[in-house]
Parts: sequence; C-alpha cells; structure tokens
Amino acid sequence: MVKRNSSKTICIGGEAGQGLVTIGKLLCKALVRSGYHIVVTQSYQSRIRGGHNDFFIRTSADPVAAPSKTIDLLIALDQASISEYGRLMNKDGLVVLDTILDPETHHALKVPFKDLAGDGFLNIAALTIAGALLGLNEPLIQQLISDTFHKKDKAILEENLLVSEKALKWIREAAPAFEGLPPVSPKGPRRLMLNGNEAIALGAIAAGVRSGFFYPMTPATSIMLTFIQHARTMGMMFEQAEDEIAAVNMAIGASFCGAPSLVATSGGGFALMSEGISLAAMTETPLVIAVAQRPGPATGLPTRTEQGDLLFVLHSGHGEFPRAIFTPGNIEECFSLTQKAFEVSEKSQGPAFILTDQFLADSYRAVLPFDRIDTTPFQSVPHTPDTKTPYQRYTLTPNGVSPRLYPGMSHHLVIADSDEHTEDGHITEDLSIRKKMVEKRLRKTALLLSERIPPSFTGDSHPHVLFICWGSAKGAVEEAAERLRTPSLRTATLHFSQVWPLAPDDFLPVIQSAGVVVSIEGNATGQFAGVLQRETGLRLEKQITRYDGLPLTPSYILSAFEKIDEGH
Amino acid sequence: MSTLNDYGSFETAWCPGCGNFSILKAVKQALVQCNLAPHNVLFVSGIGQAAKAPHYLHANVFNGLHGRSLPVATGAKLANPHLTVIAESGDGCNYGEGGNHFLAAIRRNIDITLLVHDNRVYGLTKGQASPTSPEGFVSKAQPNGNPSLPFNPVAVATVMQAGFVARGFAGEMAHLTDLICQAIAHKGFSLVDILQPCVSFNRLNTFSWYQEHCRKLENSYDPTDQRGALDVAMMDENRLPIGVIYKNKRPSFKEKSEGSSSEQAFGLQALNQELFEEVLAHYY
Repeated sequence: MVKRNSSKTICIGGEAGQGLVTIGKLLCKALVRSGYHIVVTQSYQSRIRGGHNDFFIRTSADPVAAPSKTIDLLIALDQASISEYGRLMNKDGLVVLDTILDPETHHALKVPFKDLAGDGFLNIAALTIAGALLGLNEPLIQQLISDTFHKKDKAILEENLLVSEKALKWIREAAPAFEGLPPVSPKGPRRLMLNGNEAIALGAIAAGVRSGFFYPMTPATSIMLTFIQHARTMGMMFEQAEDEIAAVNMAIGASFCGAPSLVATSGGGFALMSEGISLAAMTETPLVIAVAQRPGPATGLPTRTEQGDLLFVLHSGHGEFPRAIFTPGNIEECFSLTQKAFEVSEKSQGPAFILTDQFLADSYRAVLPFDRIDTTPFQSVPHTPDTKTPYQRYTLTPNGVSPRLYPGMSHHLVIADSDEHTEDGHITEDLSIRKKMVEKRLRKTALLLSERIPPSFTGDSHPHVLFICWGSAKGAVEEAAERLRTPSLRTATLHFSQVWPLAPDDFLPVIQSAGVVVSIEGNATGQFAGVLQRETGLRLEKQITRYDGLPLTPSYILSAFEKIDEGH
Repeated sequence: MSTLNDYGSFETAWCPGCGNFSILKAVKQALVQCNLAPHNVLFVSGIGQAAKAPHYLHANVFNGLHGRSLPVATGAKLANPHLTVIAESGDGCNYGEGGNHFLAAIRRNIDITLLVHDNRVYGLTKGQASPTSPEGFVSKAQPNGNPSLPFNPVAVATVMQAGFVARGFAGEMAHLTDLICQAIAHKGFSLVDILQPCVSFNRLNTFSWYQEHCRKLENSYDPTDQRGALDVAMMDENRLPIGVIYKNKRPSFKEKSEGSSSEQAFGLQALNQELFEEVLAHYY
C-alpha cells in the first residue's frame, strides 16, 4: 500500500521566455524562508522562446527529497499548460490562470493579470497570488521582493511592490477555496536555497579551487556560471575555452602549475575530454570534472535527465589508471562530495569525477548552511627545502604518490610527460621502467580505496525488500521504500554516493541479508547493476529502469515494483 | 646572468642533419639572450619529433598530447603569470590537430610564445602530407598528390591581428635566435613559424631549396602595417620572406581580464571563511 504524503506540489507551466523560472525560483525562496522543505524539478525544451516548459515544486513542512508529479496548484501561463498538466491535477487541486484562458473542466481561479500587473510584472502578481494561496506570510513576500529588486532602480522596486499589493488585495477579495500549507515554525537556522549545480560550484570553492574551464553545455553550464559569479570575490581564474578538448587541457595546465581546477560538462562534451583524462592520469596531474548527465546517444535529449553515462565515465580515457567517481544523491552531497573529489584528486594526483544529471543539476532544495568544519581543505605540500637536485617528478614510492613541485616556484625543474617516462619525467622506451611506472600509478588505487565513501543504508535491517541505487535516484528510492513499508514488510535502501572504486565488503553482507533485491537506475540497461556483478559476481536480476528523459519518482518506482512483485 | 651551459646538452632521437638541431640551438641562445633562468621557463609541447625538443634542454617541461600544447600553455600561464611559457611543436601538431586552439590562442592574445617547427611533412609517422605540405605533394598516403592547398600560418595570424607574427628559417641561426627572443619579449601571443628541412621525408623543400627561396625582410620594412604585412605573408614560394612580418600592441588577455588570472598559485588553499560567507549570502 502506498501511504498518502502530506506534501503539496505546485506546477508553473508556460512557454520559454514567459518568466516561469523567475516565478518558480522566487516562490521557492519564499517557501524556504518560511521554513518549508522543497524539491524542484525543471523540464524545459531545447529552445530560447516558445515551446513548453514547466517548473515543479514539491513542498512540505516535513523533509522531502523526491519529486512528485501530481499537482495541487497549477499556475498556467498558457493554454497548453492546462491541457498538458490538467490530467495530473489532484482532486482538490486548483488551476490559476489568466481570465483570457479557458480552464476546461478544472477547478479554477481566473486572475485578471493584465489589470493587476500591466505589462512586465506578471511574475510578481503570480508570486503574490501563489504565496497567498499557500498561506505564506505576506510581509515575507514583500521582503523577498525588496531583496530581489533592491539593487535595481528604486522606481522599479516601488512598481513591483505596488503590483504585489494590488494582487494581494485582489486575492483577499476573490477568496478561492484552496487549502494552503500547514503552518510551520520558521525558527531554526536560516537555510540556503541551492540547486545541484550551484552546490557543486560552492563545494569546489570550499575545497580551495583556483581555476575553472568549460565550454557551455546543458545541463552543466550553470556550474561554471556560478563559479564565475564568485570568481572575483574568491580570487579564482576562469576561461570559456574554444572547445571541450581545450577546456580539459587548460585545466591540466593550470593544475600542473598549482591552481587546482574544475571542469564542468555533459556527456557529449565529456566525450571530447576523454584524451585529457588519460593525460591527467599519465602526467599525474590533479583534475576534477563534473559531468551532469543528459540522455544520449549523441545530442539525445539535451534538456532532460538520465543516468546513462556511468560506464562511459568509468571507462573514459585510454590506458589503465585509477580514478574516483562520486555520485551525489542530494544537494548536500553535491557540495561535500565535490570537496571530497578535490581532496582525493590532489592526494592521488589524478582524475576525480562528480557525476550528476539534469534532474539534480536544476533541482532547488533547502539546505542548512555548510558546517565550518567541513570546509577545511586538504593542503598539498608542494615544496620542502630538502628536495634533492635534480628533482624527480615521478619518484617511485610505496603508495605510488610522488612528491609534487610546481614549476617556477623553486629553482627545481618540473618535468611531466604524456609519454611513458623515467622518474625525472623524460620520455623513455625502457620497458623495465614502463612496468614500474604502470605499477606505481596503479598503486594509487589503494589510496583511493582508503578514502572511499561507503554506500549509505537506510531503513529496516534484514529487509524483505532492498532497493539499490546511486546518484540522484536517492530521494525517490528512499521515499518509495518508506511508502512500501508495512508492519509485516521490512524495506530498506542502499545508496551509492561513490560508485568507484568499490570495496565489496562494504555492502555485500547487507545485500546478502535481504530478501528481494531490486536495482533502480535512471537508464535502460542497469549499468551499475552490471558493475556490481563484474566486481562481486552478484547478479541483480530485478531491475527498475527509467529512460524516458524524466527523473525517477516514488510513484514511478512503486508502480514498477508492483509489476516485479506480481511476476515474483 | 644565464649561460648556454645552464640549458645543458642531451642526446636526441632526431635524424642526423635534421633542422631540429639548429632550432634547438637557436632556442637556447634566445633564452640566454633574454637572460631567462631555466626554472622560470616552462616549455609545453605536443607530439611529434619537434615536440621532443623540450626534453633536450634544461627547463620546466609539460610534454602533453598531440595538438594540445596551446591549451595546456594557456592554463599554465593563467595559473602562474610569472612563468615564461613557450609552446613548441610541429606543423601537424599546431596547424592540423590543434588548429582550433591556434585560432583561439591568437584571438585570446594570452602572453605565450608559439614556436612551430614547420617542415611541411609528418615525420614521426613517416612522411604523410601535413597542413603546410604543398598541393600535389606525393606520399604513400597521398599517392595521387596532396589534393589540399597548404595552410599559410603567418597570413592567417596576420589577418587575425596576432600580436607578433614572425617566420624564421632553421638555416639562419642568428636571425632565428633574434626572432625567438623578440617573440618571448612580446606581451601577448607571439608566433614564430620556423621553416626547416626534413632530411628523411621531404625531398622537395630541402636545406638548399630553403636557402634559395628564403629572403630576409629589409630593415626598412614596417611590420606594424597590417595590409602591407598581409601582402608579405602571402608572397609565393619563390620569395619566402623571413623576419618579423606583423606586430601590434593589442592588449593581452591579462590586461583585458583583470581578476581572471592568478598572481600566484600554490595548490589547495585554506578557505577564507569571511569571503565564503559573503558568497553563501547570495543563497539565503
């Protein structure tokens, strides 16, 4: 049985360019400041104007971590939104629309937007009306408008506030029947409103990143836009490269010279970077790449979501070398695992990846401000006065990590080579050295393993049903497991926020203690289940997959599970 | 004062009689002439016989991938603007595999020097046509003759207003040394396209062929006039001008993008909590 959830879902639908993201983000901020939890899913088409976009906010007084697609409040900015989303309306749901639109058969509130907002202030009128319907504190909305527009012309701020007042007056008189959110106490620490991409950029900053390079690609672009927004404050350098090949090579050049570097891209751009990943491994240069997945192959669905590039990232780059792949399950992990990626990349002097997807990239949530303790970065020690001359960049060591110097920082010369090389960094074809260097590089796997994040287990011990997932599926899968639970059915979730390298002892006993084990992934072929099988021999025959470009939701998982269960 | 000895001498993997030897010598002499100490210089190279050159002198070296010397050099210069960064590789590496980076580096005008060993052929893969091979050039890969027109790097760089565009010849050591020194001193992107014979695979453009066809630009020549420079850059094979073809005082990347380049980088730094709080304040 599926339990009812106390959350409400608001959908803002309209054409690209109508400002629905502005309304959505402002409403999110109002909800977060009021003390509610949110999970946002954004769906948009690959175009600048027109088409059909939506911004879903699932909100609740209690923590929520998964999206929902049944709507309580629909803000329809065009007729297409009513036909498109009407079928998703809950029984008591309300459609808010302009008087010129046709509500069809739905319970509707027709708003004279033109009278209230004139031209250009529809966002503020819609925000005010949605806030009032949900029962948000009125001065809080006014304050939010002031905070948003205070940097602009004073007259513009005044006009916005005036529109908001008019809209508020109107909605009080209209007094439609709609049950708002249950009250919540806004006390407790102030929370940040962040999406996955912003959290990755902030995590990199907290780690001590010094440089960032990219070529624009949806859905990764806003990672670097966030980075650039704060570059001056934090003293970071950046450049938009001519292509992804240049971006990754610039990052390697900067990192080689001592500026830890962040690169952000999606599958197609990452494909161009793969020779650079191999280069980072061979030259033993730290490199952190955030890959925000979208459905492929090729251009695929540029603005939708998928977990389809796990195997690609795992195997990217020619040759054999160690790597770490982090797969954050929520916004907090986007922050903390990006920090971690920088740390292990610097420690192991090689590539580390953060693998997210469009869903998480664009999903705003409320998070507690990051702990000061968590923002102490790993300090690489580049130079000791007793470094011998000539300095040897690739000194053979027991753990495979050689003391690192940066060029130009001492009288020592730093020599790095993409060819197989001697300890001093020069090209060689001495095959006995080749063998030693391969072994040296591979020894760093042990270091990565010692730094690993084991999977997290939530739910009942010795579960009848265990769901296994990775990355952004976390929230949806954990909620599905919770909703499936009954007094006689123990359920649990095992979530991997690091998918490589794996230590089977971390998770095999848990999997073996479970009854039915189901792997759940946002791809068509069960890529992680395949990795688990390869590494452990364990075969996960029951799989729930999703590859229609939309994120996994608890309802999707539960209805797929019913089918598996019937077949069982 | 730095001396030639500081830059050392090494055994090479080059064919006897290769133009690379004199280019290497000119590079070392130019570094001495510019009074640069080896630890303040970073060579970034790609792949090919020319790209091995940095292994044969004392300096910081990043020998990266085919075609990618310029992006690595760009990242390095951004990270540490105090380094003298020199990208050095062949015609295939820079104009073929790395063509897009060549165009972007000119536009960006970051303060790095590009030295291109231009022997008009792929040497390391044994004799295929390169982007600068003449039309009709016959090889095992182009048995009917190279169908493509050659790329003219100095003309393209001049059209794109590169900060410093020069063509040198491996057979004119003193002249080449001076060009490289000027290129290093230039604040902004500088190109020295260096004509050289390939004794193993280019039977056409031999040492004596270049000696017959290369002409030094007159002292009276004005390299700041772009139109005139373009005429010179486009002169045909019978009169290959060598010297500084074009230069300007366009602001470099650093001058245009204050704040996007670091003064000094030392790896992961302790976080400035106050500044970070300022950043977080955007998200409440």
